[in-house]
Amino acid sequence: MNLILASLEFVWDSAKDIAPIVVFLFAFQLFVIRERIPNLAQILVGFLFVTVGLGLFLVGLEQSLFPLGRLMAQQLTDPEFISSVSGHGRDALVWHDFYWVYLFAASMGFATTLAEPALMAVAMKANSVSGGAIGVWGLRIAVAMGVSVGVALGCFRIITGLPLPYFITAAYLVVILQTAMAPKMIVPLAYDSGGVTTSTVTVPLIAALGLGLADAIPGRSPLLDGFGLVAFACLFPIISVLAYGQFAVLRGNK
Amino acid sequence: MKNSLIALSKDALFSLRDLVPIVLVIAVFQLFVIRQPVDGLPQLLFGGLLVVLGLACFIFGLRIALFPIGEGLANALARKGSVVWLFLFSFVLGFGTTIAEPALLAVAEEAAEVAIGAGIIANNEQAAADYALGLRLVVALSVGIALLLGVLRILKNWSLPLMIIGGYVLVVLVTTVAPPEIVGIAYDSGGVTTSTVTVPLVTALGVGLASSLRGRNPMTDGFGLIAFASLTPILFVLTYGIVTQ
Repeated sequence: MNLILASLEFVWDSAKDIAPIVVFLFAFQLFVIRERIPNLAQILVGFLFVTVGLGLFLVGLEQSLFPLGRLMAQQLTDPEFISSVSGHGRDALVWHDFYWVYLFAASMGFATTLAEPALMAVAMKANSVSGGAIGVWGLRIAVAMGVSVGVALGCFRIITGLPLPYFITAAYLVVILQTAMAPKMIVPLAYDSGGVTTSTVTVPLIAALGLGLADAIPGRSPLLDGFGLVAFACLFPIISVLAYGQFAVLRGNK
Repeated sequence: MKNSLIALSKDALFSLRDLVPIVLVIAVFQLFVIRQPVDGLPQLLFGGLLVVLGLACFIFGLRIALFPIGEGLANALARKGSVVWLFLFSFVLGFGTTIAEPALLAVAEEAAEVAIGAGIIANNEQAAADYALGLRLVVALSVGIALLLGVLRILKNWSLPLMIIGGYVLVVLVTTVAPPEIVGIAYDSGGVTTSTVTVPLVTALGVGLASSLRGRNPMTDGFGLIAFASLTPILFVLTYGIVTQ
């Protein structure tokens, strides 16, 4: 019973988020374009599906993945756990004692990206626009690999306490180099894929991991050092999608 | 009707497949690494079912509503030939969808706490609320400007790599003078702005626009709007940090 109420509440919340966008789109169509909306009934039904779908999706995540993911992030970053698997004392932990954290960050980053609805949307569009040259799965896996490396590296940064701008600047340099070499067709899509990946599913879990790590390591403040993981998850897919384009060209040349 | 049902159940199957990796990761870590009992298994399963169902409905609705209306509007605006309306449309779309974004709300509140901790603002609720609201407005403004700039780029056929890389160089330069407390928040704010509903609409806008303008290729010219939307917030938030320090 509670779950049904909770689901209704989430659907209501997503309706409140989506309603202004729908009103804006319709107002623009009616007052600026001054044309009737083609397939109005279909569009309305579609928006209903989007609203209910997003609401159920979020309530489902809130019931299953988010609490479990947060709990796991907490358990894996617990200093007790880390020193028990590494054999080092709580105050003598070094960066490579956290291997389970890196592995969890990488595999969670990969898996959640594959479930990200916004990325599916962009992959579907890219596939149809490129006439099938860009595969839906190829793109999604390329992005997921980028997020995976990004989040793991972001955890490494929090653990070692190295400055965030160094990493970001280095990654930008790689992007610039790759842009010069990658096929032109993939570049805009690659730049887009950074922003696309980090939405509903990935961000809350990464944030939990960042906060857990910053909490667990002496000398880190959750507020200052917990940030920055999303930036990593945002940047590395650009690199991996550009690499996907370069790889496709290499394979084509054989 | 029958075709829609088939499409919907296909989407449900695909969603199920999309969630398999998450289930695998959780199962492997629970069984082999954490090795502690998990309580509330029925609730987890039910939640998983809702995720699958929700994802399927969302993707189905995306295909029949979000994509067509986004592209239809982009085509109609391009046909109308009014640049002013096109700019207004893209700005309001960016600003409006970002200001209400829940992820941004959370980041803005945390940023206010960081600002209190660093002694930038007074330690009271009013100052924190003002700071958070200011940050949200700045980010929403930056996304509005980003879409406007991206649309202008499609119209003028400017080089995307040049603009984005120029933006990166600016980010690196501004970082060197920005207060260190704001840097992490600024970099993260680029990622949280583009939500699940905005992304398909913005993508449809870019692709629709590029396909209705002569001499533009939807693949090389249509994408790139999101790239602007994840770059400008970084610049604007860094600047906000410099101004408010």
